Amino acid sequence: MSGVRFQPASDQSLLVSFGQQITLQAHQRVTQLLQLLASEPIASIRNLHPAYCSLLIKFNPLKIGHEDLEAILHPYLDRLENVTLPEPRQVEIPVLYGGEYGPDLNNVAAMHDMKPEYVIELHASVTYRVYFLGFVPGFAYLGETPEALLTPRLPSPRRKVPAGSVGIAGTQTAIYPFATPGGWRLLGRTPVQMFRPGRNAMSLLSIGDRVRFTPVSQERFAALEQA
Amino acid sequence: MTQIHVHAPGLLTTVQDLGREGFGPMGVSPSGAADPISLRVGNRLVGNAEASAALEMTLLGGTFSFPDGAVLAITGSDFSANLDGVPVELWTSLRVIPGQTLRLAHTRSGARCYLCVQGGVSVEPFLGSASTHILSGTGGFAGRALRKGDVLAIGPEAGSFRKRKLTEQAWEYLAPRKVLRVTPGPQADWFSESAQQAFYGGRYRVAEESNRMGIRLEGPLVAASFGGKMITEGVSLGAMQVPDGGLPIILFVEQQTTGGYPKIANVISADLPSLGQLRPRDEIRFELIGWEAARRLLTEQEALLASKELLAE
Repeated sequence: MSGVRFQPASDQSLLVSFGQQITLQAHQRVTQLLQLLASEPIASIRNLHPAYCSLLIKFNPLKIGHEDLEAILHPYLDRLENVTLPEPRQVEIPVLYGGEYGPDLNNVAAMHDMKPEYVIELHASVTYRVYFLGFVPGFAYLGETPEALLTPRLPSPRRKVPAGSVGIAGTQTAIYPFATPGGWRLLGRTPVQMFRPGRNAMSLLSIGDRVRFTPVSQERFAALEQA
Repeated sequence: MTQIHVHAPGLLTTVQDLGREGFGPMGVSPSGAADPISLRVGNRLVGNAEASAALEMTLLGGTFSFPDGAVLAITGSDFSANLDGVPVELWTSLRVIPGQTLRLAHTRSGARCYLCVQGGVSVEPFLGSASTHILSGTGGFAGRALRKGDVLAIGPEAGSFRKRKLTEQAWEYLAPRKVLRVTPGPQADWFSESAQQAFYGGRYRVAEESNRMGIRLEGPLVAASFGGKMITEGVSLGAMQVPDGGLPIILFVEQQTTGGYPKIANVISADLPSLGQLRPRDEIRFELIGWEAARRLLTEQEALLASKELLAE
């Protein structure tokens, strides 16, 4: 397969990139390679870190080296285009926008010279794609927001973003599964747990899923939080 | 079942084994012992499988008792451990009789020590591992650091007590390093020659805000000179990310799985355990080596860990 770049990232990892741009095609290749490696695992591979247009492969350095892994991967890459991906799941995520849960909603509205209600409408108007999960357990990178919502990150990140916060940055949106530092602009919060150890699918979202946000009232939020 | 009673937890004491690999696609990093060599050797000393779970203590140790007795070993840094007031020798297995109290104090050397017990610390595994992942509150004992009053179960004992100790020669070879060897990071060429010189020629101090997720450094600034836009990508253990401010951060055992900053270098696998012994304000430097040398150093280290010369009876 052409256009694939291999790069040693550490003495126990190899970065496989499908271009240097966030494109649907690159995303598809990442997802296909991930799926192929899951169904036909390679013994010396220890872990996989998918991202927008690359897959970081962690291997056992006592067993193989970068060149060996590259050679093992070539036949996998040659078959990528034939890997059929499952029908994407549709997931709806309820969000209480604004107020204390969405402390940046008014600022984002002012930056784009629009009413806060319209920011909510825009954010909830499109179906997003889960490009990958990364950063912390269950954190899904979702794209793309409507162009009119294109907003830079906060100049300095918050020290602690509450769990469930829904933020935007660039053309991406995401939900913080845990209280972590974060620089995305917060529009609202979901009562849904994004990552729960006891649950069958621990992470609510997986790579390739389609996601829509549904605005909910304070009452509905409270009811869902209890559930 | 035998138990460990926690009378004082210390500053940050968690259950750790060698971590959970394979869940990167969910954003879950392996976690596991910050200094896996100390954990592995400690387990060997008490006759456990190398990957058994133990207690990892940080900077200030705890106080524990063992109502049914235990066979244990303390490895890693010197926390002035004593058993009913009698100093405990590090890197040596010992038998504790019912009613004795093990006390650890402030560290006198590196950041962490390990309390390994024969039979291992027994907790409900999460994704196949006993390791605590503090940020997500998963794994370990109730997904958190230990508290006063906690009671931990010890697994079934593997054998009888034999006094074993780490040999002097092995200890010297495995001692934590302050000059860390690194290989080039995937964006090393984004950094100018003068930035590279500043990085490899300079000394860095471990910042107070360092933890199991990342080790923050203070020292020469090494801002990337390449104006290109970084696309978030998978990041490896020991990666040295350089955010806009120019101060590197070493991604550690509870690392984020992906990151959006350029990486100038990556600590080699053989030196990762040394990271677990770095304390705030420690001074470190970096030395660039090649891929083959990195591989050779790891192979040598593993050969020693597997050799008969590691332990003496």
